[in-house]
Amino acid sequence: MSSMLADLNAVYALFLREIKVYFREKERMIAIMVSPLLFLFVVGRGLAGHSPVPGYNYQQFIFPGILCMVILFTSITYGLYIIWDKRLDFLKEVLVAPISRSTLFLGKALGGMVGGTMEAFILLILGAAIILPLGPLKIAGALLLAALFSFLLVNIGLGIGARMNSMEGFGLVMSFLTWPMFFFGGALFDLTQAGKWLRLAAYLDPFTYCVDLMRWMLLGWSVLPAGLDLAAVLFFCAATAVWGIISFGGLQQTR
Amino acid sequence: MSDFQAAIQTEGLTKRFGGIIAVDGIDLAIREGEVFALLGPNGAGKTTFISMLCTLVKPSSGTARVAGHDIVSQSLAVRKNIGIVFQEPSVDDLLSGRENLQLHSMLYGVPRREIHGRIDAMLAIVGLSDRADGLVRTYSGGMRRRLEIARGLIHEPRILFLDEPTLGLDPASRRAVWGYLRDLRKRAGTTIILTTHYMEEADSLSERVAIIDHGRIRELGTPDELKRKVGGDVVLLKGDVGPEAFAGLEFVKEAVREDGSLRLTVADASRHLKALIDRCPVIEEVQVRRVTLEDVFLKFTGRQIRDEDGGADTIFQRIAVSRNTR
Ligand SMILES: Nc1ncnc2c1ncn2[C@@H]1O[C@H](COP(=O)(O)OP(=O)(O)OP(=O)(O)O)[C@@H](O)[C@H]1O
Ligand SMILES: [Mg+2]
Repeated sequence: MSSMLADLNAVYALFLREIKVYFREKERMIAIMVSPLLFLFVVGRGLAGHSPVPGYNYQQFIFPGILCMVILFTSITYGLYIIWDKRLDFLKEVLVAPISRSTLFLGKALGGMVGGTMEAFILLILGAAIILPLGPLKIAGALLLAALFSFLLVNIGLGIGARMNSMEGFGLVMSFLTWPMFFFGGALFDLTQAGKWLRLAAYLDPFTYCVDLMRWMLLGWSVLPAGLDLAAVLFFCAATAVWGIISFGGLQQTR
Repeated sequence: MSDFQAAIQTEGLTKRFGGIIAVDGIDLAIREGEVFALLGPNGAGKTTFISMLCTLVKPSSGTARVAGHDIVSQSLAVRKNIGIVFQEPSVDDLLSGRENLQLHSMLYGVPRREIHGRIDAMLAIVGLSDRADGLVRTYSGGMRRRLEIARGLIHEPRILFLDEPTLGLDPASRRAVWGYLRDLRKRAGTTIILTTHYMEEADSLSERVAIIDHGRIRELGTPDELKRKVGGDVVLLKGDVGPEAFAGLEFVKEAVREDGSLRLTVADASRHLKALIDRCPVIEEVQVRRVTLEDVFLKFTGRQIRDEDGGADTIFQRIAVSRNTR
């Protein structure tokens, strides 16, 4: 490739497009809130497990994880939408533009980040009102983390989407990647109490560090030191971005 | 800038899709500032050829340089010099017409101060000013097409590819586009490569025409040169008469039945018309006309548009199909 550098103007243009489209597709925004709310109110209140964090009930304990879940589902779904773009012809327009694939990737990834952060914001406000009282500082901190996690997870979605050719794969990714990432990530349970194998799986899952860091931010409690969580998240951000850009290098129009 | 004379230069450019050879070793040079038309039946390989030059499809073998840059190893440099209007719709449904043009201008690095003015000018040319802020989703097929053309032109590329640009346009819009292309060529010296199924379009716009079939160039020349190769004028006879009636007349180059009439290619028809009519027992109608590019097309790509490719209404069917893909 003649240039691995991103063209900031073009990144901004692509980012703008994604945001405009995002705010026009309200159905997607609402559909994605359904399962997190079910988890919060059915699992959180109905099954009411044990909370390892003193002073917080089980529903409050899983709230940070569910917040991350919203980001996870929004971001992966958004990323996989590139398959759809490929099948409709308008990806051609972007592929033939004088921009590098890293520019295209960054524009898309940053656009998706806004989507994930917005969904997190809605749930945060909802949660602050009826589940877990939060000050503005905590909300701001959680949003910052949400943006970071969103970037990481969008990268994964885009990278996979760029390599897939049919929308049938969408369901497969959801069942074999997104849901396992969620369950192994410890959003619903206390990792320290989990068995050895479950713990191993959890530590391989980038989502685990997101959940742990979010818990630290909102509840002041985490399994790993927050600095370690943050380092892991940043590492995964960089790694998935590089992997995603490589995936975009092979991006072609499909019929 | 590297120095070069040809805007486009291809050597043995080939593309295979599995067993199909879509483009079969094309060698072609297109001068800077030339308007060049590619004619050919459906499936001839025109779109594939253009897609390779635009770096959207990787060639199976052969090489090409566009604006002096290699299409494989310097694809980004190639893309900086070109604009394309795709055959299939590719405007973004979820944005408005104006937003589509804005996005495109920013991606192609049109100076920020100029974007606004250019968009307004382009919208006026393609007659979309009053619908510019509506979502493309709500546009008619022809309106999308016009937006697509506006988008391909707005960054004023040095080399412009137009894949059936006026497909589905009404006659007035078509003429407006032709006028703009002529003007662009004169004003900016843009090299234009277009494919079309409208022979009139190729004839009136282009300096050279290539007839392409089964991925190969069959004929190449100016419209006049190609017409001369057909060898004469066309005489259409309606009535009770068959090709055998003209056996032995050396000025009749060709005689074939076509839609219930007989089509003759005759050298110097005005002089030999009487001799022709004398050979016909019963005759209802005679038509004499100059050779058109359509005759050239038919001669070099086989009599009829081939069956597997659909009939004469294919173009209209395709418009319908492309609209339904959304
Ligand atoms: N992505 C693809 N996969 C497989 N075959 C393809 C693909 N693209 C084109 N072809 C085949 O290559 C051949 C040339 O197609 P192409 O689209 O270049 O024709 P065309 O000259 O543009 O035709 P039309 O006038 O219908 O637009 C056809 O036989 C087509 O089926
Ligand atoms: Mg075509």
